[in-house]
Amino acid sequence: MADYIWLIPLFPALGFIINSAFSHRASKTFVAWVACLAIFFSFLTAVAIFCQFLELPAAARIFERDIYTWINSGELRVPIGFRIDALSIIMCLVVTGVGFLIHVYSVGYMHDDPGFKRFFIYLNLFVFMMLLLVTGNNLLLMFVGWEGVGLCSYLLIGFWYEKDSAANAGKKAFIVNRVGDFGFLLGVFLLFVTLGSQGIWTLKFTEIESHAHLINGAAVTVITLLLFVGAMGKSAQIPLYVWLPDAMEGPTPVSSLIHAATMVTAGVYMIARLNYLFSMAPDTMFVIALVGVLTAFFAASIGFAQYDIKKILAYSTISQLGFMFLAVGVGAYGAGIFHLMTHAFFKGLLFLGAGSVMHAMSGELDIRKMGGLRKKTPVTYWTFFIACLAIAGIPGFSGFFSKDEILWQAFNSGHGHTLLWLLAAVTAGMTAFYMFRLFFGIFHGECRADEEVKHHIHESPKVMTIPLSILAFLSLVGGYVGIPHLLGGGNHIERFLAPLFGPVTQHAAAGGFSIVSQAWAAAEAGATESSLEPFLMLLSVVIALVGITIAYILYLQKPELPRRFAARFSRLYHVVHNKYFVDEFYNFLFVRGILRIGAFLLRVVDIGLIEGLVNGTAAVIQRMGAKLRRLETGDVQQYAVGIIAGAFIVVGFIVGYFIAMMYMMA
Amino acid sequence: MFQDSTSFWCFALSGLLFAIGAIGTITRRNVIVIFMCIELMLNAVNLVFISAGSALSSMDGSIFVFFIMTVAAVEAAVGLAIFVMVFRLRETVNADEVNLLKG
Repeated sequence: MADYIWLIPLFPALGFIINSAFSHRASKTFVAWVACLAIFFSFLTAVAIFCQFLELPAAARIFERDIYTWINSGELRVPIGFRIDALSIIMCLVVTGVGFLIHVYSVGYMHDDPGFKRFFIYLNLFVFMMLLLVTGNNLLLMFVGWEGVGLCSYLLIGFWYEKDSAANAGKKAFIVNRVGDFGFLLGVFLLFVTLGSQGIWTLKFTEIESHAHLINGAAVTVITLLLFVGAMGKSAQIPLYVWLPDAMEGPTPVSSLIHAATMVTAGVYMIARLNYLFSMAPDTMFVIALVGVLTAFFAASIGFAQYDIKKILAYSTISQLGFMFLAVGVGAYGAGIFHLMTHAFFKGLLFLGAGSVMHAMSGELDIRKMGGLRKKTPVTYWTFFIACLAIAGIPGFSGFFSKDEILWQAFNSGHGHTLLWLLAAVTAGMTAFYMFRLFFGIFHGECRADEEVKHHIHESPKVMTIPLSILAFLSLVGGYVGIPHLLGGGNHIERFLAPLFGPVTQHAAAGGFSIVSQAWAAAEAGATESSLEPFLMLLSVVIALVGITIAYILYLQKPELPRRFAARFSRLYHVVHNKYFVDEFYNFLFVRGILRIGAFLLRVVDIGLIEGLVNGTAAVIQRMGAKLRRLETGDVQQYAVGIIAGAFIVVGFIVGYFIAMMYMMA
Repeated sequence: MFQDSTSFWCFALSGLLFAIGAIGTITRRNVIVIFMCIELMLNAVNLVFISAGSALSSMDGSIFVFFIMTVAAVEAAVGLAIFVMVFRLRETVNADEVNLLKG
């Protein structure tokens, strides 16, 4: 089976190639089938490998295979090779599984769009790049996938490029990501050179892992910080989160697949993949946890005062990504990946549900103009409800287990802190509140839409509701793979991932790496106390219920209260509603200056210097040509005169030379 | 160079022939005549080769002449074919009027 791991990314690539080659002739049905089947086949491959993994002992669950030497230059040897282990297989299953459902959903959602075929071509390319990112066995191949998903994200955000806002949102996403990617690339270079100076010129994960102890503490801190900058960009963390809300300009399935379920979690994956490096850098870990929890809190608070259904979900995504970074930041990589998986289920579902709502509401996005959709769109209602319960962390739903694991780790892990836990717990309550604000706003109460829109409200077709139902099922039961020991579960996912995220002391001890590893070992030792766990779990449930209750009171029982509240604290409301003016601040700080430099370069350097030089050369040649062309009369006899005159001159010169020589001799 | 008067006269004659050919090539309008003038120039050169060869008692001159005559024959065939085509297209063989290839 290990020989076939490269099939996983191959299928979407084939789908992309077939569809882009034949799309102008093929029918919509053909394109849709090819695109969906491509993802389905790679899902089946992933399932087959997963099943084989379950039969193997934990230590043997790594399949690695190089299929081609991509770069072979001096010390630098980069293969195109794939590596499947517990972490990649979970990512592959999420990407292809959720990806497949979203593909199917898109067949219904995009059905009347003129860019139907183009949409599926991009979508397949995206899945290919994402799978490359998670299965590549070296950093450079991962970076190819990393940039590839960025490109697809850009293409799909600007999918309706005739809309100015969509085109600008695409550009914004691309440029903000570039900032992060620059950091990521610097991190990769520094890692390469640092290991290289010890004689290990490699980019392969396996070799980096076994030689990680050769890097000293300061270098590893800088490397991991730079890599984290990349994660900030891709996974929308403070300060580079600003692109994600704007990315909602893309079609809703795109928001669901790329900007909720898969691409934005690439940063978390990257940190989990290189966990041995990050574990060696406690300072970086602290920064990650802090950025994560602050992002979670900050984004959740913005979600309070938004009215655009997709914007609320976008801020919620940023907030949940913050939770994942909090988890990896306190060393709980397994919990981070677990939350990544459950989040893919329920957030993918929320976005698809939002798409279904937009479908019903003739494209309306403003929750102030919705309400009372419960009766008319029952499937959407129930699936959305399940997703909301999952994200709010109600026991029994997937989000509860993963979020609670994160909260517990934030409190209990040696790298955690009570304050981190407190902020995260408050954020969890806020999450419950704004999600149910959204939920009640859409489905309950009076319908506030126009008469005409009201008339058209209808449930989405089966091709859309079936993926919704499957995702709802997953949101419900997806958490059962990670039931903590406390509740009598086996925490299977943690155990499954354990060989990869084993205590860093193993690696450190192997290399005799002292100071950091001692600190880490002490932290690991301290992290066994668990008498508070049931209490904290109960507390987080209470917090979630309180959040839901407040939303219920404010938005169903006394709908005038929020308005009075907004009027009372109008200044605060204004600031939050405008997302703390961060966009304006960035505009003022970076964008305007850069635009001015750009305008200067355009005017002086580009138009003045380069264009002047090129056009000047052309103009001189052209003017000379205009003069010289008169010589070409087309009259052969004139040319003959030229030839003869030339002959006379040459012969005359030679003869004259000889005569002169003769005189000199004489 | 001009040890005996025979080769002197031969050279003088070929110079004269060459000059006639050159002037004809430049001044005449009918391409057939221009062509004949070019042949005249070629043959003037042949004469130089022959007489120089004879004066130096060498066969090299004669060998050159054979080559030149062969090439001239080939060239005449191609040239005349071109003129036939030109005449078909333009209905004239006046060199002044065949001047499409100009800047």
